[in-house]
Amino acid sequence: MAAPAAPGRAPRSLPPVPSSSRTSFTEFSIRERMREKLKAAKSKAETALLQDCPSPRPRRLKSLRQRDSETGWDKEFDKDDSRPMQKDESHVSSRVKFRDSVKKLKKKSQVQADFPSAEEAYNFFTFNFDPESENIKDEIKNKTKNDSNQEEEEEQESIVSHQQEQTEDEMNEEDYLVNDKEDLFIIDQMAHDFLVVKPADYESYSERIQKERKILFIPSILTVPTSQKVPENMQPRYLEDEGLYIGERPTVSLSHQNILENRILRQEQGKRWFGDDGKLLALPNPIKQSSMRPPIFSLEEDIEPELETLYRKAIKPMHANQYIVGSGDPHGHFQLDIDISGLIFTHHPCFSREHVLTAKLAQLYDQYLARRQRNLSKLLTDKLHALRNAIQNSLDISGTNLPNPVAPQSVTEYKFEIRQTRRLRDAEQEKDRVLLKTIIKVWKEMKSLRDFQKFTNTPMKLYLRKEEIDQRSDKKIYEAEIQAEINELLEEYMEEYEKKMEEYKTELQEWKSWKKAQIYETMGHSSTNLLAEMFIPVPETTVLTGRAITEEIEFSSNQRVMLDHEGVGSGVPFSFEADGSNTITLMTSGKVSYSVSWAVGENGVPLVPLVSQQNTGIPSPLKNIDAIASIGTSGLTDMKKLAKWAAETKLDPNDPKNADLMHLIMVATSGDACVPGFFRLEQLQQKFNFVSDEEFNRSKRFRLLQLRNREVAEFRYYKQVPLYEREINEKLFANYEKRLHEKDTIDSQDHLDAHRALVAKYLQKVRESVINRFLIAKHHFLLSDLVNEEEVPSLGILGLSLFKLAEPKRPLKPRRKERKKVTAQNLSDGDIKLLVNIVRAYDIPIRKPVLSKLQQPSKSSRSFNEMFAASPSAQSPTHSIDWAFNQVLVHPFVEVSFQRTVCRTTTAEGPNPNWNEELELPFRAPNGDYSTASLQSVKDEVFINIFDEVLYDVLEDDRERGSGIHTRVERHWLGCVRIPFSTIYFQTRIDGTFKIDIPPVLLGYSKEKNLGIERGYDSVRSLSEGSYITLFITIEPQLIPGDPVREKFDTQEDEKLLQAADKYQAECSLKFPNRQCLTTVVDINGKTVFITRYIKPLNPPQELLSSHPNNSQATAELVARYVALIPFLPDSVSFAGICDLWSTSDQFLDLLAGDEEEHAVLLCNYFLAMGKKAWLIIGNAIPEGPTTYVLTWEQNQYVIWNPSSGRYYGQFDTFCPLQSVGCLISSNNIWFNIQRYDSPVRINFDISKPKLWKSFFSQRLPYPGLSSVQPEELIYQCTDKAAALELQGRIEKILKEKIMEWRPRHLTRWNRYCTSTLRHFLPLLEQIQGKAVEDDHQAELQKQLGDYRVSGFPIHMPFSEVRPLIEAVHSTGVHTIDVSNAEFALAVYIHAYPKNVLSVWIYIASLVRNR
Amino acid sequence: MAAAAAGPTVFLLMVNGQIESAQFPEYDELYCKYCFVYGHDWAPTAGLEEGISQITSKNRDAQQTLVWNFPIDITFKSTNPYGWPQIVLSVYGPDIFGNDVVRGYGAVHVPFTPGSHRRTIPMFVPESTSKLQKLTSWLMGRRPEFTDPKVVAQGEGREVTTVRSQGFVTISFNVVTKDMKKLGYDVSSTDMQNPSIVSLTDGIQKY
Repeated sequence: MAAPAAPGRAPRSLPPVPSSSRTSFTEFSIRERMREKLKAAKSKAETALLQDCPSPRPRRLKSLRQRDSETGWDKEFDKDDSRPMQKDESHVSSRVKFRDSVKKLKKKSQVQADFPSAEEAYNFFTFNFDPESENIKDEIKNKTKNDSNQEEEEEQESIVSHQQEQTEDEMNEEDYLVNDKEDLFIIDQMAHDFLVVKPADYESYSERIQKERKILFIPSILTVPTSQKVPENMQPRYLEDEGLYIGERPTVSLSHQNILENRILRQEQGKRWFGDDGKLLALPNPIKQSSMRPPIFSLEEDIEPELETLYRKAIKPMHANQYIVGSGDPHGHFQLDIDISGLIFTHHPCFSREHVLTAKLAQLYDQYLARRQRNLSKLLTDKLHALRNAIQNSLDISGTNLPNPVAPQSVTEYKFEIRQTRRLRDAEQEKDRVLLKTIIKVWKEMKSLRDFQKFTNTPMKLYLRKEEIDQRSDKKIYEAEIQAEINELLEEYMEEYEKKMEEYKTELQEWKSWKKAQIYETMGHSSTNLLAEMFIPVPETTVLTGRAITEEIEFSSNQRVMLDHEGVGSGVPFSFEADGSNTITLMTSGKVSYSVSWAVGENGVPLVPLVSQQNTGIPSPLKNIDAIASIGTSGLTDMKKLAKWAAETKLDPNDPKNADLMHLIMVATSGDACVPGFFRLEQLQQKFNFVSDEEFNRSKRFRLLQLRNREVAEFRYYKQVPLYEREINEKLFANYEKRLHEKDTIDSQDHLDAHRALVAKYLQKVRESVINRFLIAKHHFLLSDLVNEEEVPSLGILGLSLFKLAEPKRPLKPRRKERKKVTAQNLSDGDIKLLVNIVRAYDIPIRKPVLSKLQQPSKSSRSFNEMFAASPSAQSPTHSIDWAFNQVLVHPFVEVSFQRTVCRTTTAEGPNPNWNEELELPFRAPNGDYSTASLQSVKDEVFINIFDEVLYDVLEDDRERGSGIHTRVERHWLGCVRIPFSTIYFQTRIDGTFKIDIPPVLLGYSKEKNLGIERGYDSVRSLSEGSYITLFITIEPQLIPGDPVREKFDTQEDEKLLQAADKYQAECSLKFPNRQCLTTVVDINGKTVFITRYIKPLNPPQELLSSHPNNSQATAELVARYVALIPFLPDSVSFAGICDLWSTSDQFLDLLAGDEEEHAVLLCNYFLAMGKKAWLIIGNAIPEGPTTYVLTWEQNQYVIWNPSSGRYYGQFDTFCPLQSVGCLISSNNIWFNIQRYDSPVRINFDISKPKLWKSFFSQRLPYPGLSSVQPEELIYQCTDKAAALELQGRIEKILKEKIMEWRPRHLTRWNRYCTSTLRHFLPLLEQIQGKAVEDDHQAELQKQLGDYRVSGFPIHMPFSEVRPLIEAVHSTGVHTIDVSNAEFALAVYIHAYPKNVLSVWIYIASLVRNR
Repeated sequence: MAAAAAGPTVFLLMVNGQIESAQFPEYDELYCKYCFVYGHDWAPTAGLEEGISQITSKNRDAQQTLVWNFPIDITFKSTNPYGWPQIVLSVYGPDIFGNDVVRGYGAVHVPFTPGSHRRTIPMFVPESTSKLQKLTSWLMGRRPEFTDPKVVAQGEGREVTTVRSQGFVTISFNVVTKDMKKLGYDVSSTDMQNPSIVSLTDGIQKY
């Protein structure tokens, strides 16, 4: 240690030198220095002490030192860094305990006292700080001095550190004495003091390598000689050559194997890893046979319950057409389950040439792989070797003259075996080569094809790997082989003769057993587009569902398909060569994997016919070869049987082919933990289940949550599902369960209402299935559903908006502007209003003065010609005179009722009133649900009723007449217009003139076409009879109707046809975007069907045809009426928000409900059957919007039929509700209207003109002769008259009760005379189809009743339910009459048409006795 | 009375707090709307379900936050944690032409655990479908908007939209629950028992 450069600081900057040689010198220098220091310190300390009061620290330190003067505690520290020591000193107080303990050690350490260095250090310590005890210090110092020499010799290193310590301590203490503030600085400096600097070490590379070589072992990759691996003095033994079966070793690369072997050999007892043959011991299959996981013990079964295979049957699709279960088979049902699990085409007409090759290549490769896997040739070669060896051995043995009686026999056996094996092997090898050759050939063909066509459309690629072959050795081997073969052949021929005799005998034997034939029941397998028929054997009765094994069957079809694109077609010759030579013809073929089995009934009873059980007795010739064939598939589950069979047939347990079987048998017979032969995903699902399934099913709460999540109608909007079971009311599910229950039970009673109920249920079923099918589609969103985005304005719009600026603010002829559309979702009750603008009406019936004489207006059933001819001549001059004198015409007003809210206009005057009033009605959605789907299914109708307001003078006293008026207001119903809300919703607005539904008879009113006095245009209007009203209806705010389903439907149509249809539609909509063009529609099963398939002549009921045998027109009208009598049910209501479904005519008649299109299709089909020319018109009408009408060609003019009302119109009828014609459809073509106009009045219906009508099927695309979806014939069962009568009585009773209910404050009297009279009128009305207005009712009634003022009318409706009838009666407001002595009369008549089509007549009248 | 004795049948969730501030570096003078979206089993019992804030301008200091400090105070009752309430925020403000356009949508679940929480929600707006649309919508001041702001609280149908993120909104929640544990829903983890510790650790995480 060097001398300090500067007192105080210097020692810190000194590098401690780890050399021991200078110790003595350092010691001296230190001591000297210390003395100097001490002197200085002493003086300083003294001054400090004098200045301050005696500071406790030094004193304490002193005492510490004194007390510890003899301890060896620094012994503990001397090996440490000295910094902690210093710290200790600064926190002396905390060290008191330590000191105490040290004190105890004091004596001991003194006894030991063999660490003079410590003492020395301590001496320095005390010396520095206790100037008073200098003598002691000196004494110690001396002692140290003496000791130190010998000590230093012993522990040189430690001394160095001591010395450091000493200086250190010294300095510290000094610092403390001098200046406490320098503490921090000292600590910072400490680290540097103890840094040891050493010169950089270097170890040479070679040295290191040498060292590493000592430690590390690098196994060589060279093959270990076999001798090292087998125990010494042993030859390797090859089991395989001895004829034992050895499993295939897992493939490990040779270098890896070598490394491993080398490594193992280095270990002790390394040799035990090697087998007898000097190879590493290896299992053929390294995967353990049984699972490592401890088995979960279940009491009942071997298989863990969660791992058990559950067989779920394929779900049977619902047969839409059969809603009435057919008569049950008296023998019960036999169910044969056929699961088609897969279909692979090996050839298909759509395959291109490359595909063909690819398929071929893939097939070949599969074959190749299969062969490789079996590796028969190798196996056989090995076997051959083994056999030859065996012969050699036995010969050797016999050569040693040992008696071996078995040998000769076995040798011949072996020889035979050899022959067999060789033949087999040769065959196999040849096959292998041929296969390889073909693969290469096909691949080459494919490559050239790809080159030729310059594109690749299949992902197939073939890799060939070349292996180096040592030709010479091969040659040797072959030569040896050939030699051996020749020898063997020689022997063979020698034996042949003898063999032949035996063979002949055995053959004879065998032939006998082959005599029995095999009989299979067969059944056809057909696909939608009957491609191929396959015959699948009916399984044995023991083959039950769940046990059947999936098998593959190949099929091919001889169908000839020619395609114009790249596809090669089927049954068409084609060639791969460019010049077209070498043609091949391929048939559509493929593989179907299927399983056939008998179903198991619910109670576990197999649904197997008894008859086929006879088949089981037939023995199969395959019996001895195939385990499954011999004991049946069912036998496979019976392990004992299987094991027995295996024993009998002497299965080679080592043959890999039988491995599965043997394993199964082994496991089953040994009774170990069963290893399930299946793998299951989510096998631990059960453990993660929230609650057990039973509990889950039991819990009402979970059920409720589940049902709500599934959006079941009853629970969709259920709020706040209670937390506890007990809070859920049992009744909550009652309705739902009832519905579920009813769905399955079908009342088979042949009852009228029951039939309707059945239909309703069926509709519900169809609806549910359709809804389920489209539920996913409903959850598909478009951007416009989520994001409101302004459309990019086109130039036209920009121009228009510019033009708008110049537009007058208050135009003379204002037009309705488009309003902003509102999405339905953020609406609530009261937000939506229905606006009805009643503009005017024409030809309202007028009051008829009570006539004394009976007026008989001329009437006759008019012909079409009469009707459509403009003939205003009907008026009689006498009548007009009557009219002129008649002061009171009519005071009509309009009352609109919707959802039982009623609004009325003011009263106008005359038969042609003009109201121009806007009525506002609130709209309330069902359940407060304003979603699109819910709004679409609103069934409510808007009733627009026209009433006549009649004032009756009720002044009792004539004297008061001068001073007061006392009248009573009565209103008489004149007619109504009904518009379903759904129509308004979808149309967003309804604007037009509608025919008022006026009853054929209005008591007290007459409907005369007598208004010739008014100007000329009336003549046009009076062309058609009836009254009309002009309306404008809309919803405020405007709602966006639901979008049609954006989903491609499943179809069975030809792809080409569909493509053509798409193209046709696109072309049409490009030219006339507003005109409807329909080519395909969706049938009730949700499949796309070409529309013309619906049109087919179908027989109308014979009853209708025979009623007017001579009058074809009357028959036509009757048929139309019959069709119109089938209740109308829009698809949008039944299939809310889903789509428009077309049902076939028989479905329609069964359902007794349908849309316009079903009506139209049926009517069109009837007309066709009646020999008329008829077409469907797809177009727009008011109020229905897009709809379907029927067009017929009658006596040189076109007649348009409204199928849902049964009315007909001439082409030039201005009041025809059909507004535009989009296209016409017949049974074999579609014509799209490409004329300039689309209004039926302005167009030409001559479809033969291609300039006016664009036809779908033309010369370019000939009509392919599509089969109809309609049935061959409609079968009508006669309606039960008695049932109709019963229903009639029931309805009458209900209506009467209702009327009484609606008049709670009045007594409702029923006039029996009147009722019976009315009842007589009704059948007559039905007979004349309610067309001709009869005035004699009034007269008749008056004759019967005497002096009564009668107002009333018959209402006619098709029957669907009772509710609409009640609604209709209510809307007429007959019950509102509040004259105290009013009497009522009500009669109901039901006329039953075939197929339960019912026409309901309700005649209702109020009577007031005249005074 | 039997039901009362048996214990509660609903649990309550009381949320108060405020929509504190937002960071929309490019925009100014924004206001904010909030609403709650919750499942069928939830019902608000007290407080406002929806609200609209004042228009706030940017701070002039460097931080440039838009401060609303708009209070939220609502109590829900529920029988089922499914459909736990989410707060849906939509921020609007004028564009350069003064048209009111949307500046961001965002949603976050109300925190489950009782205590006070702060949430910073990244906001986003739907993008125009094309460049041209973008230009015209910019010119006309009618940017694409969600048909219903509640769309952002549900996952269905979002795949058809493209959005761009812009800005953040910070909300603080104070959540109090009642009877949840009694009904078997233990939302607080063990170290979260003491709300003071939670706030402390929150504070530590923050700085």
